[in-house]
Amino acid sequence: MSRPEGVQLMEGNHACAWGAIDAGARFYAGYPITPSSEIAEVCARELPAYGGTYIQMEDEIGSMAAIVGASLSGKKTFTATSGPGFSLMQENLGVGIYQEVPCVVVNIQRVGPATGLATQPAQADVMQARWGTHGDHPIIAISPASVQEMYYFTIRAFNLAERFRTPVILLGDQVVGQTYENITLPDPDSLELIERKKPVVAPEDFLPYQADENLVPPMAAYGDKHIVHASSTCHCETGYSNFKYGTNRQLLTRLKNKIYNYTDEIVEVEHFGPEDADVTLISFGCSSRVCKYVIGEAEKEGIKVNLLRLITIWPFPDQEVQKALAKVGAAVVAEMNQGQVIHEVNRVNTTNTPVHLASGIDGELIRPEIVMNSIKEAVK
Amino acid sequence: MAVNLSYREYFKEDALPLMWCAGCGNGILLRAITDSLADLEIPPHQVVVSTGIGCWGKADDYMTTHAFHGSHGRALAFGTGIKLGNPDLHVIALMGDGDALAIGGNHFIHAARRNIDITAIISNNFTYGMTGGQYSPTTPLSSKTTTSPIGVAEPAFDVCGLAEECGANYVARSTVYHVTQLKRLITAAIKKKGFNVVEAINTCPTHFGRRNVPGDTVEMMNYIKEMTVAKSRYEKMDDEEKAKYLVTGELVNKERPDFLSVYREINPAASESGRGEGK
Repeated sequence: MSRPEGVQLMEGNHACAWGAIDAGARFYAGYPITPSSEIAEVCARELPAYGGTYIQMEDEIGSMAAIVGASLSGKKTFTATSGPGFSLMQENLGVGIYQEVPCVVVNIQRVGPATGLATQPAQADVMQARWGTHGDHPIIAISPASVQEMYYFTIRAFNLAERFRTPVILLGDQVVGQTYENITLPDPDSLELIERKKPVVAPEDFLPYQADENLVPPMAAYGDKHIVHASSTCHCETGYSNFKYGTNRQLLTRLKNKIYNYTDEIVEVEHFGPEDADVTLISFGCSSRVCKYVIGEAEKEGIKVNLLRLITIWPFPDQEVQKALAKVGAAVVAEMNQGQVIHEVNRVNTTNTPVHLASGIDGELIRPEIVMNSIKEAVK
Repeated sequence: MAVNLSYREYFKEDALPLMWCAGCGNGILLRAITDSLADLEIPPHQVVVSTGIGCWGKADDYMTTHAFHGSHGRALAFGTGIKLGNPDLHVIALMGDGDALAIGGNHFIHAARRNIDITAIISNNFTYGMTGGQYSPTTPLSSKTTTSPIGVAEPAFDVCGLAEECGANYVARSTVYHVTQLKRLITAAIKKKGFNVVEAINTCPTHFGRRNVPGDTVEMMNYIKEMTVAKSRYEKMDDEEKAKYLVTGELVNKERPDFLSVYREINPAASESGRGEGK
């Protein structure tokens, strides 16, 4: 098969795979798991024609390891999985973060814990995406809500990974992954792609973890004359392990600041509905689609509701949420879990705005009445 | 013709002293590897060592080549990505016995089945040294360790037998006592394409030896010398005699095509360099 041209009725997972290919991904390692396997299938079929490689690893631990390794060899790399597989990837996700390895991890969320309601939709890996791997670390996670966004946000995820030299999580869900919608893939040459910075110094002067003015170290590839020493142990600018007092503080601080000092380049939200409202809905991913519908239903009942959709989940859009909360009498967080994003919303709730939860944990797209009931509760 | 490279090209002398205990054979093994690289005249920038976690997993700190130091048991999984990301590289995975065969056992058997072009060098000291001397999958039955104070109840893996059964292209065993043989086998393994395994029986006087080998470091060396026998002698033994020894030498030497060769044959569109741009 060749690249789909013109208007296509396409599945979200297929759009994700094409987004990756168009972003320049040339290596995919994965392990089959519903509801994400179609991403692997498209890569297995298409990557060879792009000079790329697909490999099916023995598990998700190995898959995450392989994409970290291949990225250090100079390729744009990614993997896709769902709940149980995402759990297994946490170990080497931490290695990728600590070694500053650009790569993309797609998590098509399903109901957990454990096998859960396989393989129905959920949004319950929000905190796992943030804190699933052990130790202090920053993370970038973005959440698509449509087939179109599965394509464009995958490209965005690669751009963020290359810009910040870090793993990026595309936090999808079974609904956006396996829904079919119309999409027209753009001319790949029209896309704005970001590539990792290469070293400008001579090989003998190269220190693989010496950061530039943006706190990101320029990146050589294995095989270059610039020698790369990538270590999961605390390391100094040489890349070699270093246990001196202060080294870990310096490294962890830079890893945090290289992302948190640049949140204006990362954080994106969507405002939907009337500017002035009685209630603001805060949601993301597939739940936000339901919220857009509910806004119309609430209007029929005389309640003015708008939506703040979180496109970036991590780093959390602190300021945007804070501003939205300050403008309304009450807010409702709609998410398909027992309350994860709501804790972050309350963390930045300096105006003490009442915040209610609309929780969808039934293994299906959150029902409009659940959101509506929470709105009614909020305006009581 | 001869460039006369020295092991010093690959060895990071300013990182001395080695962190390993007195009497540990890891230094000997490291010298054998760096000597082999020099003999093969592979420039340091064309080599990536992928190390695991544990005593032997610290080996990358003493090397000047490209290096990857990842998570416990995953050196081969990271190495698989490294190799496929740039097929021109020589990828050498350095793992201990627990690293390669317990936590990393799944990656080990699948790397062998796949025949990914990686040289795996396993330092087998029969114990988890870094964590204080617990029993590993290669600890001989009934040996005493900190987690088997009376004696270990589990039989040991035959590292080379496992590698062979799973499809490794080249399998060899030596010890840090048999330095010349060790270097010769490592050189052959690095030179050969495919998944190639060298098991280096190693000394751990600090943990394994202290509880199982009467005497000092020299006795520990003698212990690993006497537990092994050369293939030529081994082949003349009856089964009862064979069971008392670990055989050394080149045990498997096949010509299986490696993973990437097969992948490219089946997917002709995949470009030779792996760097092509598609339609």
